Order: sequence, then structure tokens, then C-alpha cells
Amino acid sequence: MMIELKDIKKDYHLGLETVHALRSINLNIDENEYVAIMGPSGSGKSTLMNLLGCLDTATEGTYCLNGSDVSDMNDDNLAEIRNREIGFVFQNFNLLPRASALHNVELPLIYNGTPSSQRHGLAAEALTKVGLGDRMQHRPNELSGGQRQRVAVARALVNNPSIILADEPTGNLDTRTGDEIMDLFETLHDGGNTIILVTHEEYIAEHSDRIIRLRDGHIERDEAR
Amino acid sequence: MRLRESAVQLKENVVIALDVIRNHKMRSFLTLLGVIIGVMSIIGVQSLIEGFQKSIHDQIEQLGANVFQVQKYPVNVGHHDRDKYRNRKDITWEHARAIEKYCPAVERVAPEAWHFEIVIKYRDRKTSPANVLAGGTPDFFANNSYYIDEGRAFSEVDVQQKRDVAVIGKDIVDALFPFEDPIGKSIIVDGRRYEVIGTIEELGRRFGGSEDNKVAIPLSTFLKYYGTNRSLNITVQAASVDMMETAQEQVIGVLRAIRKVPPGEPNDFEIWTSDTLISAFNDMTRVVRIGAIVIVSFALLVAGIGIMNIMLVSIRERTREIGIRMAIGARRADIRLQFLIEAIFLSVMGGLFGILIGVGLSQLIALATPVPAAIPYFTIFLGFIVCAAVGIIFGVYPAAKASKMDPITALRYE
Ligand SMILES: Nc1ncnc2c1ncn2[C@@H]1O[C@H](COP(=O)(O)OP(=O)(O)O)[C@@H](O)[C@H]1O
Ligand SMILES: [Mg+2]
Repeated sequence: MMIELKDIKKDYHLGLETVHALRSINLNIDENEYVAIMGPSGSGKSTLMNLLGCLDTATEGTYCLNGSDVSDMNDDNLAEIRNREIGFVFQNFNLLPRASALHNVELPLIYNGTPSSQRHGLAAEALTKVGLGDRMQHRPNELSGGQRQRVAVARALVNNPSIILADEPTGNLDTRTGDEIMDLFETLHDGGNTIILVTHEEYIAEHSDRIIRLRDGHIERDEAR
Repeated sequence: MRLRESAVQLKENVVIALDVIRNHKMRSFLTLLGVIIGVMSIIGVQSLIEGFQKSIHDQIEQLGANVFQVQKYPVNVGHHDRDKYRNRKDITWEHARAIEKYCPAVERVAPEAWHFEIVIKYRDRKTSPANVLAGGTPDFFANNSYYIDEGRAFSEVDVQQKRDVAVIGKDIVDALFPFEDPIGKSIIVDGRRYEVIGTIEELGRRFGGSEDNKVAIPLSTFLKYYGTNRSLNITVQAASVDMMETAQEQVIGVLRAIRKVPPGEPNDFEIWTSDTLISAFNDMTRVVRIGAIVIVSFALLVAGIGIMNIMLVSIRERTREIGIRMAIGARRADIRLQFLIEAIFLSVMGGLFGILIGVGLSQLIALATPVPAAIPYFTIFLGFIVCAAVGIIFGVYPAAKASKMDPITALRYE
């Protein structure tokens, strides 16, 4: 099992009030699954993604990633896991505005010490894979929204992570470019990648093999398609 | 493994730092102004002091390693300190004669007296008051390393008969006799008439000013006009460099005896050697140096606060970038290093500009004025270190702040 969540709880404290963003989540995800997480706004989708991506730790419960318990890891170890095991794709792309596409894709490699000779090759390869082999020196503001998201996908791919996590990756794109990105995910899935994406659009979720529906921090439904 | 990662990241961080500075030229420049001014002033001051010092040392050395002076006052006494020594007995011609007679380690003895701000006239020509009048004996020239160019030095007879004869320096020759041979001409020095019997070879610049502004007359003539109630300087040449100490001991012994200094009391006169002159000069410049260092410290403190401020602004603006870097695997230490390097780069770059401007300015000053300048290599090296230290000290807090951000909050920052 690649991902095992046991009794995961996440509370946020806002002054005296406690928000139970996740209440007892139990969830297993296997290698090469393609999972869509759905649910109304505020149901805990992003919170779950942040936990899965090791950007945050749970208040209670255990999270095993590839057999190792991530729940009690320190900041440095979590950073290393994010670098090696996780590839993020965000709704608003989150690229470095001043860096070229190539450099943006190289960033994860910089943080694991890949020497620049290999870095350029690996980043160029990832960009070619997402269809941007001819746009490598462009800066984000010289690219369309769809192209920017492709750069983000290439950055997520470049370290060969276990999971690609995408939080509403088509939310800022029009339908047509959104579909192109979904096609790209499909290709990656066919190539063996594990993909977890958050969406509130049914037609986007239809690309996946399994839909998990959240409500008020609970898993309401978890169905294979 | 960690080492290789660090090397890769270091390069990346340097690139980022340069990029940030390039993209914020004006802001960076304004921030750096403090560092630039601070470093520029210390380098400038230091260039001038070192240049001055080098020329002084050269000059003092030229005095000769086997020459020393006897004077009433210590080197470098301020006006109020002068009173402390005023009651000492004057140094007299008698003392010089006694040294000559009783000190076998001494080769030559020359008593001398000086008068400053002298105007010299010849017909309708007139010098500035930047000249000095010396009264001496025939050995005055040898003991001061003055060489006769044309004509002759004054003789024992000139001294005995208190003749109104003068030997003049190159500046005075140039000012009064541009087209004539000065020898045999009659000049007016400080209102009195003298016959020019010789000229002194060009000496060039010493102590930052011209050395060729001298008029030398017999000591007897000098005392006749300016009064005998004064303390003389005695220049003493030891028989050889090796005999310097022996000669000094003998002179001290003779003078103490004549001046009746009781045993156990300190000398009531001073021995000036090139070493005492050099250390006196160094004492003098130390004050200037310390002043410069204090000013520069303040400038750098202000500059450091400026750097801290701009780094805090920069970190706020780049919150999202920090979040992105953390999300893709930057450790807190990596973020800290990135911003620390940026701060160091800012500061060192300011230092570099400051050094260039400081050296350039002091060289310009040296070209345009008589003040000499040297390139103060050690201070330049020190400037780099200090700038790096300023970058570190004032970069630590912003860098730590950046590294402590929560990645999720940072990613959401607009
Ligand atoms: N940093 C936070 N501090 C306090 N409350 C938060 C924080 N992040 C999320 N929440 C709350 O947790 C709940 C789940 O949020 P989220 O996971 O963002 O939902 P979704 O992504 O499904 O819209 C919401 O009630 C939200 O207000
Ligand atoms: Mg959300």
C-alpha cells in the first residue's frame, strides 16, 4: 500500500474556537491509482491534500507513506519527502515569476543536490514530456495559463515522485485548456504515476478511477468507477 | 552528499542574489549607499594616511640612520603640554661645543635655529610666506642631508664674523631668479639684506610639502638678528650606524653633566631619532584613524539596519516564493541560507563599490594636490570582511524569519 491514513484528525484553533477540518479519516491508496477528491467548499479537501503532501502534520492519527510513518517526522525529513516523493500542482500554478520554465522545473533538483549538468537534461526531458520542449527559456508571464500549468506539471514530475497531488489544477483554466491538462494527467497515469486530484467539477472527476467525497471532514463516499 | 547539495545550492543562491539585486537596482543602490559611503570613507582616509605615512617614513629615513637631534621639547607636544617643558634650561651653542669636544663616538655636531613664515624679496620679486629661515654652522648641511648645488656653503669664517650671507633652496631660486644666476645677488630676507653665496640641490617634497623652501644663514647672524634668548636644536651625526647608541649615551652623559641634572632624575632634554619621529607620527595619525573607524562604524551600523529593513521587505514580497520552495523540498536551513547569502551579497557589493570609489577618490586627490596616496591593501581586505560580517549580522534575523514561515500560509499569500 502506498498511502495509509489511520484515524487522521486535523483541528485548527481560531482563538477559542476549534475547527475540526478532518474528523477521523481512514484511507488507503495504492500505487498507480487515479483518485479524485470531491466535496463542497470547506469540507476539508485542501487540508487532506496538505497532509498527504507532507506540508502539514495531523493533529491525531498515523500516515504511512511507502511503508514509513510520516506522522512524527521533523521539518527537515518532511522537506526531503516532499522533494523526493511528492509532486505538487496548484490551482494558481505557483511558479517563480522571474525564472524561466526550465529553471522552474530544475528547482526540485536543486534541493536534492543534483549537479547542474544532469539538472538541465532532466528538466528539459520533463518539459518535453508535457509538450513544452520549445518553450524552455520562456518566463511564466510569456506563457498562457495552460502552458504555465504544464510547467508546474513538469516540475511535479521531474524528481520521479511517488504521488502527484493536484489541488484544483484546472480551476484557473478555461474548459478547453483544462481538458488538455486532464489529458496530460491521463497520459502520466497510463505511464505508471499515482495521481490524486481535488476538484468540484464532476466532468473533471470523471477522468479518475476512484472518487472520494468529503463532507464536514468525513469521507462521505469512496467509490471506484 | 550534504556537501554536494550545499555546493549546488550555494551556486543557485548566488544566482538568485544577483538576480534580485539586478531586478531592484534602485532599491539595492539606496540600501547600499550606507555601506558604500562607510567603506569609501575608511578606504579614502586610509589611502591618504598610508600615502602620507610612507612619504614621511621615507623622509625620516633620509635624515640618515646615524643622525639624531637634541631638543628641549619632546616630539609632538601640544600647546598646553608645552608649558610643562618650558622651564627646562635652553639648549645652547655651548652644549654643542661640549658634545663636539667630549664625545668621541660623534662625527659631526651642528647647532641650528629656525624661523618660520619668511618672505624673501629680490628687486621687485617676492616669495610667498611659505618659506623658512635656518641659522646653522657649516655642518648644518651635512647633518641635514642638504647638498650644495651652485656656489658654496657658509664657512667657519662667515659664522665667526656673523656675515649676512645666505644659501637658498630651489623654490626660492625659482621664484626670485627665473632668468638670472642667484650667486652674488643681494636679497631681502624678513626685511634684512643678505648676499646669496650658494643654492641647495633640489630635495623634492617631504612631509607632504616642499622641502626646497629653506634659506640658511650663519647661526651667529641668526642670533644677532633674532636674539640669543632661545633654545637651539643640535643635530648630531654618530661616527657610524653601529655607534648610534654609544654616541647617544655619550651625548646624554655630557649634557646631564653640563646641565647639572642630579643622578636619578630624568633627562631635561630630548633625543630625537628617526624612530622617535616615526612613532610620534604614528601616534598622531592614530587619532585620525580611530576617528575614521568610529565614523565608519556608525555608517555601517546604519547601513546594516538598512540592509535588514530591505531584506524584511524583500521577504514579505517573496512570501509566495518561499512557500513554493518549501513545497518542492527546501529545508528551513536552505531558505535561511538563501536570504543570508542575499544579505551578504548586498553588503559586499556595497563594499566593493565603496572600495573602488575610495581608492579612485584618493588617487584623484593625490594627483590634484600635494597629498600623497597609497592603496591600503590590508584595509581593502578588512573592508570585505567587515561587509560580509555586516551582511551576516543584519541578515540573520530576516533570514530566520523567512525560514520559520509556514509553507501553507506562505503559498496562499497574495
Ligand atoms: N489555516 C487554517 N486555520 C483555520 N482554519 C482553517 C485553516 N485552513 C482551513 N481551515 C478550515 O478548515 C476547514 C476545511 O478547509 P479546507 O481544507 O480548505 O476546505 P476545502 O479545501 O475543502 O474548501 C474549513 O472550515 C476552513 O475554514
Ligand atoms: Mg480548497
